Amino acid sequence: MKPSRIIATTAAAALAAAGLAACSESEDDDGITDITVAIDAGLEQGAIDAFNDRIAQFEEAHPDINVETQEYTWTATTFTAQLAGGTLPTVFTIPFTDGRGLIERGQIADISGLTAELPYIGDFNPNVAAAGSDADGNLWALPIAAYGQGLHYNRTLFEAAGLDPDAPPTTWDEVRAAADQIAEATGEAGYATMTNANTGGWILTTMAYALGGRTEVIDGDTATATIDTPQMREAIDLIRQMRWDDDSMGDEFLYDWGTINQDFAAGRIGMYISGGGNYGSLFTQNALNPDDYGLTVLPLEGADAGVLGGGTLAAVSPNAESAEQAAAVDWIDFYYMEKLTVEEAAVADAKTLADSGQPVGAPQLPVFDKATYDESLTWVADYVNVPLDQMTPYTDQIFDQPLLTEPVRGTQEVYAVLDTVVQTVLTDEGADVDALLAQAETDAQAAMDAAA
Amino acid sequence: MATTRTDHGRIAAPARAVPRQAARPGRRGPRRSRRSGLHTLVFLLPMLLIFGVFSWFPIGRAILMSFQQTNLVTDPTFVGLENFQTVLADPLLWTAVKNTLYFAFLALLFGYPIPLVAALLMSEVRRAKGLFSALAYLPVVVPPVVAVLLWKVFYDPGPEGVFNTLLGHVGLGPYAWLQDADIAMPSLVLEATWAAAGGTIIIYLAALTGVDPTLYEAAEIDGAGIWHKIWHITLPQLRGILLITFILQIIGTAQVFLEPFLFTDGGPANSTVTVLLLIYRYAFTSSLGGDYGAATALSLMLAIVLALFSALYFRLTRSWSSS
Repeated sequence: MKPSRIIATTAAAALAAAGLAACSESEDDDGITDITVAIDAGLEQGAIDAFNDRIAQFEEAHPDINVETQEYTWTATTFTAQLAGGTLPTVFTIPFTDGRGLIERGQIADISGLTAELPYIGDFNPNVAAAGSDADGNLWALPIAAYGQGLHYNRTLFEAAGLDPDAPPTTWDEVRAAADQIAEATGEAGYATMTNANTGGWILTTMAYALGGRTEVIDGDTATATIDTPQMREAIDLIRQMRWDDDSMGDEFLYDWGTINQDFAAGRIGMYISGGGNYGSLFTQNALNPDDYGLTVLPLEGADAGVLGGGTLAAVSPNAESAEQAAAVDWIDFYYMEKLTVEEAAVADAKTLADSGQPVGAPQLPVFDKATYDESLTWVADYVNVPLDQMTPYTDQIFDQPLLTEPVRGTQEVYAVLDTVVQTVLTDEGADVDALLAQAETDAQAAMDAAA
Repeated sequence: MATTRTDHGRIAAPARAVPRQAARPGRRGPRRSRRSGLHTLVFLLPMLLIFGVFSWFPIGRAILMSFQQTNLVTDPTFVGLENFQTVLADPLLWTAVKNTLYFAFLALLFGYPIPLVAALLMSEVRRAKGLFSALAYLPVVVPPVVAVLLWKVFYDPGPEGVFNTLLGHVGLGPYAWLQDADIAMPSLVLEATWAAAGGTIIIYLAALTGVDPTLYEAAEIDGAGIWHKIWHITLPQLRGILLITFILQIIGTAQVFLEPFLFTDGGPANSTVTVLLLIYRYAFTSSLGGDYGAATALSLMLAIVLALFSALYFRLTRSWSSS
């Protein structure tokens, strides 16, 4: 082949490829808007079927929208990569702690014009709505769930250790004693804690809150780290005593949220702290035996003690075009919100889940007011299939506990600093706690200053 | 080194031939030359495009980003050398450098001689040499993530863990393989050596086939034993390959990421944080959009250090490799 022909052929191929690419990027000419929505990764088939059923119901109600699913589970590291790479689904979920920062940086779509038209926009609990709002109160991301941290425990291990699973610990001393008893009797970890991927800091902060501590003081635009405090020291001492004095924390000290859930569901952990609504994940992703499960509130001790709360926001990709944003808000309204506000939707959602063998009725905290939440529970009462009676130590008391928001300045970075503290205490018997806390406070302050 | 001298001779011959051709330009000579250049360009074009898009453009972009503050969603701003200053002021950098050097040292200590010894032993095997080669190479074809998950089971810190059970039979352990800051790094090196040794063994085996057997015959006639043959024939003959695998190992271990990321996430207490893991943390720890400027600044510094080290290494060993 002559060079001129080669060049001509190459150019023609390149033009054809460019043309095809251009065609593939053009808008659908059939009037259908395509969106992708997040579905939890690693779900069992029943949960996937239930989700697909909900999509079918949505598409029937919105024939001009086509919904595709994309596996997505929020973790700090993967979320950042997907955000930077532009590979997030059109609709995804984020924790309360990230809402304001992402809004300020313009990293999620501004859907406030669309959310303002939702009928329940004024009914949100103001503290909850603040997580998804900009400085002017415009709602960029919709709060879809809220939680308070709880103490999850394995009833079977409690019984094996001679403990009463209907009377879980109510003080931190009782937590320590129960952990020791479980480890002694069963050989499993009586108590375990997350340590990796910022979750160690999350749980350590939870314990400090429960003992009356805080990790930051906000004064206007200034944030001051308060890590080196008596409450934080008390929390660390408790971990250190269970680890080294009692040897009741097992052998695994590099847990993150996923792996600790795995080991708890597998019956290798007596107690651990995580979000109070964690039952759904344990059941759908880790094959938890419902008979094993127990949930209670965290012991609150000391002045100003409170339970760390958080929640989930539904947000829209910054890459979404206006039609996609509108479709995305329709999906959020249909899938996440209607079941909280409309009886028919709540029943339809619960029935779909129950028919697929998926959990219905796991405890949460209200995103609106408690009366609305209680009413929504009555709508789906016939479909509740989670062992609620095993969670009454939590559900009977959580609404009486002071709910505290997570730290707001450089949250994940500060949690990462605290990861190191927890890991050191768990793996080094001679760890210098004073030096650790002093260093952590310095590092946390630097992280807060950098995030300002 | 015999092979190198032969190579020099081969390179020298066409070098002399080229001027003779150029001295007799025919009528079709220049056109042929232009056409040949065009052909070369056309055939190179796909490769240039692929390299350009997937290698050179990202490298150029990374260099640019190291002078910017960006979250890759909104517009970047130039910040001069601020990212470099941030990285150099980070106390965790020196922990990461120290850990990386420790990993490199352990990997050289165990990972460098083991494949060589294995290759020498396998080259002496008369039967089933292919089977041994396949077995040695098998870990290389196991997907790295699968290998790490497999070894996590081996490293179960409980007394019922695989390694702890085996060592328990001889009264050792149990050991907290990944949970103890003192032995976490050696544990990572052990798995990394297992995973990578097969490839190096194959390279050595291939090089060993190039050693002239008459050298061994001559040595045997002179009464040389196996150690003398290895020391005086095999190792000198493999010198070029050994130098290359050494520098490749240094570069590879300086960029270790997979093992600390998947086994320990840098823990416990930052004892396995490496330079690459720190780059990853800069980029992705904050869910609000990572510090890509600091991440690329540290990447650039690492690349420069490795390039300088490689250049220095080849300069220092030039005379040795060609002797």
